[in-house]
Formats: sequence, structure tokens, C-alpha cells
Amino acid sequence: METKNIMIVGVGGQGSLLASKLLGHLFLSAGYDVKVSEVHGMSQRGGSVVTYVRYGDKVYSPVIERGEADFIVSFELLEAARWLPNLRDGGQIVTNTQQIDPMPVITGQVSYPEGLVEKLRAAGVKVDALDCVGLAREAGSVKAVNIVLLGRLSNYFDMPKEQWLASLEANVPPKFLEMNRKAFFLGREGH
Amino acid sequence: MKELMLGNKAVARGLYEAGVCFISSYPGTPSTEISEEAAKYDEIYCEWAPNEKVAMESAFGASLAGRRSFCAQKHVGLNVAADPLYTMSYTGVNAGMVVAVADDAGMHSSQNEQDSRHHAIAAKVPMLEPSDSREALEFTKLAFELSERFDTPVLLKMCTRVAHSQSVVETGERQVPLKAYEKNIAKYVMMPGNAKKRHPLVEKRMEDLARYAETSPLNRMELCESNDELGIITASTSYQYVREVFGDNVSVLKLGMTNPLPTELIRNFAQKVKRLVVVEELDPIIENHVRTLGIPVSGKDIFPIVGEFSQNLVARLLGQELPVEKELPESIPVRPPVMCSGCPHRGLFYTLRKNNCTVLGDIGCYTLGAVQPLGAIELTLCMGASIGAVHGFNKMLGEEAARKTVAVIGDSTFMHSGMTGLANVAYNQSDSTVIILDNSITGMTGHQQNPTTGFNLRGDPAGKIDLEALCRAMGFKRVRVVDPYDLKQCDSVLKEELAASEPSVIISRRPCALLKYVKHNPPLRVDPDKCIGCKSCMRIGCPSISMKDGKARVDSTQCVGCGVCQQLCPKDAFVSGEGKEA
Repeated sequence: METKNIMIVGVGGQGSLLASKLLGHLFLSAGYDVKVSEVHGMSQRGGSVVTYVRYGDKVYSPVIERGEADFIVSFELLEAARWLPNLRDGGQIVTNTQQIDPMPVITGQVSYPEGLVEKLRAAGVKVDALDCVGLAREAGSVKAVNIVLLGRLSNYFDMPKEQWLASLEANVPPKFLEMNRKAFFLGREGH
Repeated sequence: MKELMLGNKAVARGLYEAGVCFISSYPGTPSTEISEEAAKYDEIYCEWAPNEKVAMESAFGASLAGRRSFCAQKHVGLNVAADPLYTMSYTGVNAGMVVAVADDAGMHSSQNEQDSRHHAIAAKVPMLEPSDSREALEFTKLAFELSERFDTPVLLKMCTRVAHSQSVVETGERQVPLKAYEKNIAKYVMMPGNAKKRHPLVEKRMEDLARYAETSPLNRMELCESNDELGIITASTSYQYVREVFGDNVSVLKLGMTNPLPTELIRNFAQKVKRLVVVEELDPIIENHVRTLGIPVSGKDIFPIVGEFSQNLVARLLGQELPVEKELPESIPVRPPVMCSGCPHRGLFYTLRKNNCTVLGDIGCYTLGAVQPLGAIELTLCMGASIGAVHGFNKMLGEEAARKTVAVIGDSTFMHSGMTGLANVAYNQSDSTVIILDNSITGMTGHQQNPTTGFNLRGDPAGKIDLEALCRAMGFKRVRVVDPYDLKQCDSVLKEELAASEPSVIISRRPCALLKYVKHNPPLRVDPDKCIGCKSCMRIGCPSISMKDGKARVDSTQCVGCGVCQQLCPKDAFVSGEGKEA
């Protein structure tokens, strides 16, 4: 199988590490070669952060370049737009509709672009946008945004949902499992 | 067992399996997790040292004692530890000793992108370079064998992409070879008479290692029978990019040992291909070696010295097809890193900016004090440089400069190499004000303990250095402590210490707002009836505060109620508790 590429993008501190850990576990247990690349250090402090997940028969590079991502999973709307050049032709964006103002917007130098989902769609990009914060809250914790997103992402894969749930179970503490299962299904089936 | 493992964790696993007993390191991105992951093995003694030089010397002591030892640092950390390294090359080791150094091409979290291979060449020690987690684990183990076989410290060179990428590894069992300490003055006491006898042994060792490089499994030829047009020599993460672009359709000489480099192996490879290209990040070290052999080669005539490589860069520069990409017509606002909500550095930097201070900075999260709207820091060089620099600056520009110039340095950076600078201020008596930003942790690298926190790497109680007593012992009569959340106190103490015509230290003390034990106040909100939209609160660059429809607004999911904005508001519009919001 040709290597598949998933980018997880967001703002430093949003908790994308668990999402990449879970995906890594999922694809490894499905028998694929996997590479996951993270960002640590200075760029984490509220900056734009990105994690790469790649899987296939044999994966070489740990990074995903412009025009290569099959999926961009975004924790924040502006970040989905920022990383658009990395999406391959015909690739899919799955994004949280939450907006977090970056410092140049906060200080009033520039404004947060409006109608990004519509603009992305107008550019011919497939966008699946949902209010993950609202759904995570419904599941029991705003911290479950990552699992809501993964639930949504799972719709685009042939793998049975049991496999996703097994990876969920292997990567979250037992006391939060039920809440995270709920978050997963709210993402998978929610609107 | 097969598992997905971070490159740094794979090194830690290799240390465990190689029977390492002692680790001493100073944190530095992208090397930090090696020591943190190794500390999870009860069998390994693991510590944070005050700096890389002390760490390396401690690891050397452990090797001398007959136990396999290790230290890790980022590229610039090896500059600090270069002194012991260059002479350990002469003494050699007792039990195996490996030194990891993590380069940061692309400067994800560094102040320069120097190439650590120069240190291996200059110190005359072997260097291994893994290209993924599996190799990180295997090379770590092999490095200890080479260390003992060739009687030398061995450098293990990581880079950001190998250190911070997860790939599949196979783990093994731990085996612990122990050696006895034996007194050997001729080998270990490097006074001239002994060192003169050791240097020829170093040169001989490099020759032996160069011979080993010819047949070592670390260096391998991967020949493509159907294509003799192009041959690529590469190492580290660049190997992965080359394979990503060409798959199996190109011949590759993959070097896992980049010092010393093989000669016959390269000649042999060059004969098999019509065009030879070296793909290496940063400086042309392999390329220059190939040139000295008189072999025509391309390298930095095609590839940049600056920045990180990627598969698209390799594809583009070697004439391969690139994927198509889309872009939105409008520009996307940048999202630079910022000081966190409730960061204790914010109040202090606001005060420095308000007093129009010239701020000579240092290495840590607080470097973000240079970013607008605070824009307070005017120098960042290396660990500890703020204090040396303020001394020289004030000595030359005199009293007028001393009335407004300060050094700012974090607690961990101060312990690393600020103390010696402070000793110089005390000794040579410049009228300097040094501000220690004591947030009770090493913040930038992700919360590591240090000698001022009272805890060790494992989080257990440890020695705790008293900063005030230390400064007084150096001869500072003026040592003040302020709470950076209290702007009035910060302002008055800063003014007094700048006015004083003798050296002084201000300790700005409050724990990092991200520390788990720190209790936060409830988030504040803006009372829209009181807010006049004057933007006084916008001068501190707090990510929780923004303007909406002419009024300030607080993001309650981010605000930790530090209250700094409350002290700036002329109308007391920042309030706590429930109520309507702007």
C-alpha cells in the first residue's frame, strides 16, 4: 500500500499529542509501518503546532510536505487554512470550528479571516467542519476535543469502529474511557 | 517486541539494554526526553546536572569507576562541554561512555544551527548518526561496544527529526558489563608529559576507526542494479528523504558513522555510478571528504547549507516531480509562540518596558519578552551571556547606561552559567543590576527540575540552593525579591536598584503558571459598563485579552486570574465572579 498521510494541526497546548499517539497505535496494530513526528520546545508556547502521522507498507520520511496530506485534522479553523498547501489534490480536511485569535489579531494588527470554511470549499477543498468543543462538552469534558475529531476522522476509513475503540482503550486512562467513547461517537455521528 | 517509539525514547531504551548505570545531562531541545525516558528505568541512576560540562565530567567519573555512562545535550550544549570532551579523547574511557548531541537544523527551538560533526572531527572521537528510532536504539548499544573496543568516548548525533519522530523498534534485554577501577596516572592525568604520549595514540585510534568504517555494518551500500546514472551518499534523516523520493530506484551509500569517514568504501561506491551527489543537512562535511579523495561530487552546489531538508526539497533539487498544492488567496495571520496566560515573566517585562530599560536577555521562555507588544529584550546570545554582557556594557557606557540597563536570566540558566558571570560583576565591580527570573523550574524545555527547585530528575526531594544567600555570599549587599504579579512593587524596587551606585540582584519570584501544583484564581471578566476601550490592558500581550467592538474581552478558557491586567485598568473594569461580559 502507498503511504497515507495525516496531519494534525492546532495551537500549542490543545492536546494533539494524544491524537497522534492513538493514530500511531491504531495503524501499528493494523499491521502497517508507521512514523509519527512531533514538535517540542519553543514553538509549543501558544504557537502554531503540527504533528505528522504516516502509515503504509514502508514509511521513510517522518514529515508530510506540501501537496502530500491525505487528511488535515485541525483543532482550530485558522490552522486548517494555514496548512492547506500541505493537502494533496482531493485530500480531506476535518476541522474543529473553534477560533483562537493569534497575537497579531489580539493586538489589532490584522483581523481573523471570516468565513474560512466557505472560502476553503469555494477553493474546491473537501471540508468536514464541526463544533468539537460543544460536542466534547456534551460528552463530559472540553478536553475531549481530540477524541471528537478522531471520531469524525474514523468515518473516512474502512477500518471497523471496534479497532478505533480498541486503540482508544489502550491510550486513555480507564476512568475517562466512557467519556471518551461518548466523545468518539458524538464526533463520528454528530453534526 | 515491536513498538512505536520516539527517537529519544529509543536511545533511552538502548541505554537500558546496553547496561548503562549512570546518566547526567542538562535539558535542551531536542535532546531532553532521552534522559527523562531513561529515568523511568529504576536500574539507571539518572540526574540533571547544572550544565553540560558538569554532566559530561560526572559521566566521565562514572566511566572511570567502571560503569557504562552517558550524557545528552543539544548542539550548543556540546560547546559548553567541549572542554572535557576534547581531553577525554586523550584519556579514553574505562567502562564505555557515550555522549549524545542533538542538532536542530531549521532552529525549531535554538539560537543557531551549528553542525556538531565539527566537534567530532576536532575532538577526534567517533560519531554515529541514526536515521530513525530503530537505528537510534541499535546505534546506542553499538556505541558502547565501540567506546570500549577503541578506548574512546563516542558521540551519538541526533537531529530534531530523528529525536522527535516515532518509528517502529524491536526491543531486547538488558545486559550489564561492569569493570573495575584501576589507578593509571599515565592514562588519566593529562599533564604535558603524559598528554604528549597520549596524542599519538589518539591519531592511531582514528586510523583504526577509519579502517573499521570501511567494513562496519554502520555504513552500507544499497545498490540499484537497474540505475547507474545517479548515486547518493547520505546520512541521518536525509537518508529517509532520499528513499522517500527515489524508493529503491537509486543507489545509496548510507553512512551511520560520520566520523571518521570511510575512504575505500566511498571510492568503490563512486565507481559504480555515473553521477555522485552528497545529501547532508548543514555543512558539507561528507562532501569535502569526498573531494579530498579527488572524486567529482555534487553537494552544496545544489543543496542549501541553511535550514532543514525534506523530501520535497530533495525531489525539487534533484529534478523530480513535485505534488500540486492549493492556497487560499488571502493571507493567513501568523501565529508566533507567546508567553502563556498568567506567565510570571509578563509583569516584570511590562515594568522594564515602562521604565525604558535596556534589557540584555538570556536563553529561556522569557526570550519571548522580545516579542511585541512587550518588545523588552535587546540581546539573546547564549546561556549565561546576559550577565557577562551587562557587565561589559555598563563598564564602557558608565553611569548613565547603568541607570537603565539590566540583565535578565532564568533560575535554571543562572545555575547553568550565570553564576560565573555574577562572580565577575561582584569581583570587577560594575554598577550592574541583574534580575533572576525565578519561576522555580526549567520552563522552555518542558519543566525540568534544577538546583534551585529542591527536587531531582525523578521528582524526589533534593538539595536546594538558596539564591539570596548565594548572591550575598558573592558580596552583593543589595539582593531584593519581588513578586512579578505585583506591578507596583516591581516598579519601585526596579527604580531603587537602578538608582543604586553598586551592583545589585533582583529576584523576581513566582512559579511557572503551567506547573501542576500552582493554584489559579478564577478567570476574570470585563465589565462592559466600566471598560472605556483605552487598551491599557493590551500593552502586556496577554493571549487571554482581546478587543471586541471597542471593549476588552477575556477568554475565560485561558485566563488564570493573575490580575496583572487589573492593575493596568484605569476604570477597574476587570472583575471576578459571574456577571455580564463584554
